[in-house]
Amino acid sequence: MSIFNHHKAFERNASLLMAVSLVVVMIGGIVEIVPLFYLKNTIEKVEGVRPYTPLELAGRNIYIREGCYVCHSQMIRPFRDEVERYGHYSLAAESMYDHPFQWGSKRTGPDLARVGGRYSDEWHVEHLKSPRSLVPESIMPNYSFLLKNKLNINAIDRHLSANRTVGVPYTDEMINYALADLKAQATPDSSGLQGLRKRYDKVNARDFDGNPYLISEMDALVAYLQMLGTLVDFDAYKPRENLR
Amino acid sequence: MDYEALRQLADSWGLVYLFLAFVTVVAFNFRPGSKETADELSKIPFREDEPHGN
Amino acid sequence: MSNGTLTVFIAIGVILSAAASIFAQDDILRAHGLLMTVIMFIGMLVVIVLSDYRPAHSRPSRKDDSPYMDDVVRFGVIATVFWGVVGFLAGVAIAAQLAWPQLNIEPYFNFNRLRPLHTSAVIFAFGGNALIATSFYVVQRTCRARLFGGDLAWFVFWGYQFFILLAATGYLVGATQSKEYAEPEWYTDIWLTIVWVAYLIVFMGTVINRKEPHIYVANWFYMAFIITVAMLHIVNNLSVPVSFLGGKSYSAFSGVQDALTQWWYGHNAVGFFLTAGFLGIMYYFIPKQANRPVYSYRLSIVHFWSLIFLYIWAGPHHLHYTALPDWASSLGMVFSIMLWMPSWGGMINGLMTLSGAWDKLRTDPVLRMMVIAVAFYGMSTFEGPMMSIKSVNSLSHYTDWTIGHVHSGALGWNGMITFGAIYYMVPKLWGREQLYSLRLVDWHLWLATIGIVIYASVMWVAGITQGLMWREYDDQGFLVNSFIDTVSAVHPEYVLRAFGGLLYLSGALLMAYNVYKTVTVGARRTEPVGAAGKQLEPAE
Repeated sequence: MSIFNHHKAFERNASLLMAVSLVVVMIGGIVEIVPLFYLKNTIEKVEGVRPYTPLELAGRNIYIREGCYVCHSQMIRPFRDEVERYGHYSLAAESMYDHPFQWGSKRTGPDLARVGGRYSDEWHVEHLKSPRSLVPESIMPNYSFLLKNKLNINAIDRHLSANRTVGVPYTDEMINYALADLKAQATPDSSGLQGLRKRYDKVNARDFDGNPYLISEMDALVAYLQMLGTLVDFDAYKPRENLR
Repeated sequence: MDYEALRQLADSWGLVYLFLAFVTVVAFNFRPGSKETADELSKIPFREDEPHGN
Repeated sequence: MSNGTLTVFIAIGVILSAAASIFAQDDILRAHGLLMTVIMFIGMLVVIVLSDYRPAHSRPSRKDDSPYMDDVVRFGVIATVFWGVVGFLAGVAIAAQLAWPQLNIEPYFNFNRLRPLHTSAVIFAFGGNALIATSFYVVQRTCRARLFGGDLAWFVFWGYQFFILLAATGYLVGATQSKEYAEPEWYTDIWLTIVWVAYLIVFMGTVINRKEPHIYVANWFYMAFIITVAMLHIVNNLSVPVSFLGGKSYSAFSGVQDALTQWWYGHNAVGFFLTAGFLGIMYYFIPKQANRPVYSYRLSIVHFWSLIFLYIWAGPHHLHYTALPDWASSLGMVFSIMLWMPSWGGMINGLMTLSGAWDKLRTDPVLRMMVIAVAFYGMSTFEGPMMSIKSVNSLSHYTDWTIGHVHSGALGWNGMITFGAIYYMVPKLWGREQLYSLRLVDWHLWLATIGIVIYASVMWVAGITQGLMWREYDDQGFLVNSFIDTVSAVHPEYVLRAFGGLLYLSGALLMAYNVYKTVTVGARRTEPVGAAGKQLEPAE
């Protein structure tokens, strides 16, 4: 009956109890999370996903700062109604450069995973400024201050390098030209446009907020919204090869 | 690493291991003779006014 | 801790946050640093004004010769009541914003900045203070030892309040990582890690110093809560700051891995913060209030091991039908359903503690509160596994059903068991024979219960409405509703929800008044609740 004598050790030895509890609570996380980093089929093979341009990244940070994820998901589930309402169901590959992810957990407002290109810039600006002027029943807060706030672009290159540290494939060139690329994307007919398009595919470059004298937070946020879900070429995507 | 291999491990030895672990915990706790200790332990909250350091 | 030491600590904080604001690389830290400087400066003035400047020998003696260190618990109880009211008030405010969007005040008081403030205030400020205060109370009495580490316990208390302040003010200026229930930015996370390690040292040190040969099961639950939360907090908040003088960081993980790490954290904030820790409260305070030992101590041990093992797997049920691989989502579902068993084992253990003493429910509103809490625990731990089933989840996910489910757990279980523990501790801690008014406890109980029932049922209706309307087709095969139709459809439910929250808040205000009066004047002279109940000896 030697094993039964050990129960005293368990009930009496605080450090042992703590150590065993810690091991017990680690198992589930290890089994579920660690394979996601190693199993090859976790992220599908698709064409077109690229890192965010500096302006889009800045816009994404405003999306996060204002807590848009609290009410809007960016994750279309593979159901008929969702695919008809929002577009092709979301792939893991589409958020592989998202630090952090923005899948959301609640739809107080509609999903935004593929909102890019669905509405005009003017619509977005007006809607963010005063949602009920366009959708009377909307319960979204107003974000008119985004139009007045100058976008903070001081250290945009450092934002790109921080992303590179956590695994986003920004090149040295992208980091060196970060500020120039940001300005080029928000300014129509800019001379920097060629370089921007060379570094990033499928870029929308224009004055998003309709105010050419200021690169505002609204410029960045609308640039981000307008590219959401537009990168992957679904004609070239073969779901059967990515069964998981 | 391969999904199939992990899945097979989980469905066989993983399952057996977890089941045995569960049975062991339950059997150990409800082993004959543990009731007296347990009843004693359940009275710990009522000893707060006993002097320290006995 | 002396006021002098506290003043020095706050002064250092004022200098540091002023420096952070001046040298900040981004607007978030600039605003946050300024806000913290102002708040801490006011706090410092308050401490200085309230200090006693008479020489030590002429001050009223505050020598603490009691066997237990209870001053910090007293502060913890007051903080719990205070943050409870703040958190519920924030909840009512944002519920009203959803019903009447004109109540949003951009940019600082928009719904989306206030919502994490509400969740953090309730979970971490109210729940966290309840856990720290009760764990300090329980661990001393079940170990028959004074808190380990002397003033370290005070550091835990004030350090934790400072964390709350940092987090809450950060949300208003937009400092957020966007990970639900882990929103605070990297500098706040580091501070919490320091405080949490101190908490672990105080708690485990006390357990190791105990005079009682065995460790009572409530302490097992508290201990599992403390170390697991440490693990979850550190892993989920791994990130790279853009600058050490900036309020922005990028998560170490991305996309699908980040999502699962977050919900591994998020679900176990529920599993360990709001469940394991609060089960520690249940296993001590219900036996004490009912004055009889727990129904089955052996069941509580099985409860402990199975609960902590199973809970950690349940996270993926937050990601059903997303881009998370199917195997992970299925594992999450299976373990969530299994979790029903230990949850109900624990519920039965709590309820059956009253077997043979059910009559006490008639005369003791505090015990009634605790029993209702356990009943709500049973209800939400039944609803949870059900919602984790994929086909149910396909309807319930993204809807207000989830919000209703969370609140039946948070308001019903966490709130009610905390109120019960507070009502138990306050007379004991302040040396009163009993509470100021048991009638007020009864009022609190009913206001809270009716509030929760309204809240949970209207959110359930709203959730089902949304889920069904989103997928409704006409006979031509077209979607019937535009999204905005489903928003206006639930407006009445949103109004009722705010009303339910208001009832719950008013109950908490009654508690605050009752606690205040108990501390300042003691019991109120009245007829006992339950009329003649006190004179009749209940039959065994």
